[in-house]
Amino acid sequence: MKIGVVVFPGSNCDHDCEHVFRNVLGQYVEMIWHKETLLKGLDAIVLPGGFSYGDYLRTGAIARFSPVMGAVKEFAKSGGMVIGICNGFQILLEAGLLPGVMLRNESLNFICKDVYVKVENAATAFTGSCESGQVLKIPIAHADGNYYTDPVTLAAMQANAQVVLRYCTPEGKVTPESNPNGSLDNIAGIINPEGNVLGMMPHPERCSEKMLGNEDGRVIFLSMLDVLKNASLKSNFVKA
Amino acid sequence: MMRASHTITKDLITQHNLTDDEYKKIVEILGREPNLTELGMFSVMWSEHCSYKSSRVHLKKLPTTGPRVVQGPGENAGAVDIGDGLCVVFKMESHNHPSFIEPYQGAATGVGGILRDIFTMGARPIALLDSLRFGELETAKNRHLMKGVVAGIAGYGNCMGVPTVGGEIAFNDIYSLNPVVNVLCLGIARKDKIFRGTAAGVGNPVIYFGSKTGRDGIHGATMASDSFDDESEQKRPTVQVGDPFTEKLLLEACLELMANDLLVGIQDMGAAGLTSSSCEMASRAGNGIELDLTFVPRRESGMTPYELMLSESQERMLMVAKAGKEGECIRICKKWDLDVAVVGCVTSDGMLRVKDQGKVVAEIPAKSLADDGPRYERPYSPPAYQDMLTGLNYDAIPDVKDAESALLSLLASPTIASKHWVYEQYDHMVRTNTMVRPGSDAAVMRIKGTNKAVAMTVDCNSRYCLLHPYEGTRLAVAEAARNLVCSGAEPIGVTDCLNFGNPERPDIMWQFVLAIEGMKDACEHFSVPIVSGNVSFYNETNGLSIYPTPMLGMVGLIEEADCTMTQWFKQAGDAILLLGKTREDLGGSEYLKVIHHREQGSPPLLDLEIEHRLHRFILKVIHEGLVRSAHDCSDGGLAVALTECCVSSPGDGVGAMIRLALDGLRCDALLFGESQSRVVLSVKADTAEQVLNRAWDAGIPATRIGTVGGDRLVIEVQGDERSTGCIVDVEIRTLRDRWTNAIEKALRTA
Repeated sequence: MKIGVVVFPGSNCDHDCEHVFRNVLGQYVEMIWHKETLLKGLDAIVLPGGFSYGDYLRTGAIARFSPVMGAVKEFAKSGGMVIGICNGFQILLEAGLLPGVMLRNESLNFICKDVYVKVENAATAFTGSCESGQVLKIPIAHADGNYYTDPVTLAAMQANAQVVLRYCTPEGKVTPESNPNGSLDNIAGIINPEGNVLGMMPHPERCSEKMLGNEDGRVIFLSMLDVLKNASLKSNFVKA
Repeated sequence: MMRASHTITKDLITQHNLTDDEYKKIVEILGREPNLTELGMFSVMWSEHCSYKSSRVHLKKLPTTGPRVVQGPGENAGAVDIGDGLCVVFKMESHNHPSFIEPYQGAATGVGGILRDIFTMGARPIALLDSLRFGELETAKNRHLMKGVVAGIAGYGNCMGVPTVGGEIAFNDIYSLNPVVNVLCLGIARKDKIFRGTAAGVGNPVIYFGSKTGRDGIHGATMASDSFDDESEQKRPTVQVGDPFTEKLLLEACLELMANDLLVGIQDMGAAGLTSSSCEMASRAGNGIELDLTFVPRRESGMTPYELMLSESQERMLMVAKAGKEGECIRICKKWDLDVAVVGCVTSDGMLRVKDQGKVVAEIPAKSLADDGPRYERPYSPPAYQDMLTGLNYDAIPDVKDAESALLSLLASPTIASKHWVYEQYDHMVRTNTMVRPGSDAAVMRIKGTNKAVAMTVDCNSRYCLLHPYEGTRLAVAEAARNLVCSGAEPIGVTDCLNFGNPERPDIMWQFVLAIEGMKDACEHFSVPIVSGNVSFYNETNGLSIYPTPMLGMVGLIEEADCTMTQWFKQAGDAILLLGKTREDLGGSEYLKVIHHREQGSPPLLDLEIEHRLHRFILKVIHEGLVRSAHDCSDGGLAVALTECCVSSPGDGVGAMIRLALDGLRCDALLFGESQSRVVLSVKADTAEQVLNRAWDAGIPATRIGTVGGDRLVIEVQGDERSTGCIVDVEIRTLRDRWTNAIEKALRTA
C-alpha cells in the first residue's frame, strides 16, 4: 500500500508515522510537503502529530490553510482514508472534516502519559481488527485534547456510532477519573459519518513495537491495511 | 583608520564588566582606543561566560581523550563513537541566571541553545535531560520558579519534537535566589558527517539564517558573568525570548543543508550572538571574516552596530558555504520559511571586520577576540566554616525511633519523591525511541537502524559537594556511572555543567578546584572521557552563594538493546540481593536533613576500585540475563531504594519482604545511610545462590535480603535490641501515594 504522511512546518511525529508504516508494517510511504497541491496514487493519508505552525493562534488553525489541505479534502470527499493523530486530529477539526473543537486540557498542562481507551465502534475502517469494547493502552501527549462540541452534534455522533474511542480505566470503565483532559463524553477519537476520516488524540505510532514495551497501537494501522487490501481487490476503490 | 565616535570613559569600561588591566590589553591589541562597538564586542567575548577566564587553567586537567572520542571540548559539542559508523553528540549547558529573572523564557531558551549546539554539529537531537535546583516549595516564589521553569522546558522541547527523557531535581533553600537550570541534549550523527564551526576557504560566503535580529538579550553573557542583588529582576530585558517553531524549522533546514554537501562550517549564534559566531569560526580556521551589517535581517529599524553585534536574539545561525553554493543554501532556507542573507565572506587577514552602510565600524583580530582573553589563576583556599560543616557528633543524634514514619517523611521529601508531575508535562516519547522512560536509574533510547541503545543520566549531590567538593564530585561521577550500569549500559562519555558562586572569592575557587580534581580522578579511574561542558560562575545573590553543583551528565552504550535493565521489581517470588557494603554513612544524607534538619558531616566513603569492580560485575550479570531489576542506592539509602523498587514500576507495584542484619550499625544508618557502591538486584529465586557466589568471587560483598511479593513492604531488622524486630510494615498503596503525590501537593499549597 502507498501511505502519504503530510509534513507541515512544525510536524514532529511525521517520522514516527513513517517509521511504523515503512519499517514495522512494510508499506510504501511518501512524505508529502504541505505546499503540494496534487496527490497521486495514495491509498491513505496520515496527518501526523506535532506543533504545526508552532500551534500559534490555535492548534491546527493555520495548518488548515496549507495548500495541501485542499487536496486532502478532495481525497476525503472521494472516499479516501484519512487518519489524523493528535495535532492531525486538531487540524481535521479546524478544516471541518470532523465536527467539534479542542479546548485546553482541564489541568491547563501538557500531559504525556499512557492512557486507556475503549473501542466503542469496532466496525470502522480504523478499528476493524479490534474486538468491540476492547481496551487499548496508548500514550497521549498534548496540551489541547479537551474535545468539545454542541449537544446536538454530540447526540447525532452518538446515535451514529461516530464516537470510536473513549478514555476509560484499564478495565474498560468509562469514568471521569479515567478522562485525562476533560474531554466531552471521554472522547478520544471520532469518525466522520462516511467512515473514512478518523481523528484521535492518543498516539498509536508510539506503541506499535515490542521494543518500546507496548504494541497496542498497531491494531489501528493493521485495521486500515486490512480494509485497503480488501478494497484493492475490488477494482472500483478510490485512489487519489 | 577607525575613529572612536564615543569617548570610552572609565565608567563605560566598568559598565562593560572589564577591569583596567583587561582594557589596557584591548588597547594594546588594537594599537588604539576601541570604539563603543569594539568595547562591547570585547566585553562579551572576554566575559567569564564566553572566555572561561577563571576556569580554563583548571579545566585543562580533565581527561578528554579516549579511543571512542571523535570530538572533545572546544567545539559546539562533544562526540563519541558508538560503532556502526555513528556517534553520539552531546553537551550540557546552564541557563541559571535568565531562569531566575524570567523562569519560562529563561528555561525555554536554555533548551533552545543546547539543541542548536547539537544540530550545528550535524546531529539530529534525540533526547533532552534536565537538572534543576530550586528552593524549598514552602515559598510561593520558589513554586513560581519551578512551575515556570518546567513549563518553559516543556514549551520548547515539546514543540521541537525532541523528547525530554530524564533528569533530576533537588530542593534546598540555598537555591531560592539562584535556581539551577542545566539542560543536556544528545543527538546522533554519522561519524564521517560531523560539522564544525570553522570559517575555512578564503572568499567563501558567510551566510546568516534563522530569525531576524532584535534588541533582546543584549549583554546576556555579561549578565551571566555577574552576581545578583535585589535589583537583578530589573534585568529582565537581557533575557531572550524563544520561538521553538522557528527553531524546529532551523533544525530541519540545517539537516537538509548538511545532507546536500553545501557547507564548510556552521555555528549557532548563542551567547554574544553575531560576535562570537563570527570571530570563533574565523579564529578556528586561522582566517578573518568581513561582515556587512547592512544585510543582516532585523526585527526593528534603527539598530546600531553595537546592538546588532551584541544581540542574543534566538534561533539564528551563521554558516560558511562553499563558494558558488549560496543559491542552493538560500533556496533551502527559504523552503523552511527562514530569513537568510549573505552577510560577508572569509578573508585571509585574520581580522573580524564589521561594516555598516559601507563604513568600517569595528576591526579586531579574530583570534584576539576569541582566544586571547585574559586567563586568571585565581587564589583559592578553604573557607573557615569548612571544619564546622564536616564535624558532626553522632552521639548527639538519637537513633531512629519510628523507622516507618521516617521512611514516609523521606518519601514525601520533594528531592526523593516521584517527579512525574514534572516529566508528564514533557513529551518523553516523541520520535519513538524511548525504551526506558523517566523514573528509572537512567533513560534508555534505542538507536534506529542498529541493535544498540544509549543510556543517559545526570547526577550531582550538591550537599556532598558542599561538605567536601573533591569527594562530592567523585561521588557524582560514581553515581552517574552506577546509574548507567544498572540500566545495562557501559559508560562511554561525560559532559559537565559546573555551577558555582563567585570565582573571585578564594573559598568558591577552592570548591571549584577541588571539584575538578575529583572529577578528573573518578573519570580517569573509570576511563570515561569528558568531551564537552560548561561553567556557570557567579551563582550568587547578595553575597550568598549556591552549594557547589558540578553536574555530571554521563552517556552509556548498550550494545544489545535487549540487555536494557530497569529498576523496579518484576515478579513475585524473585530473590532480592544487596550488593555492596553498608557502613555508618549518615553524613550529608537526606535523612539527616529531613529528620534532623542538619546538613553536616562527611559525605559517604567512596573507593573507586570497589565501585568499578561493582560496575563490571553488574554489567556482566545483566548481559548474561541473570538480572530482573537493578537499582542503585542513593538519596535516602537502602529503605528508600527498596521502596522505589516496589513502587516505581509503570504498573501497580509489588511488595517485598526484607530481612536485614544490624551488624553493629545504627539502625538509621542501616536503613537510611547513603553508603556508596551498593545496588539492589532482583533475580529469579533459583539463580540467587549463583549470583551471590559469583559476586563474592568478584570481591563484592553480597547478601540475599528478601523476596519480592505481596502488597506490603516489610522490613525486619535482626539484632535491634530496642524493638521486636519488625521496623517497617506498610501497604504498597500507602507508600506509592506518599511518593507519587508529594510534589503536586507541595505545589498546591496556597
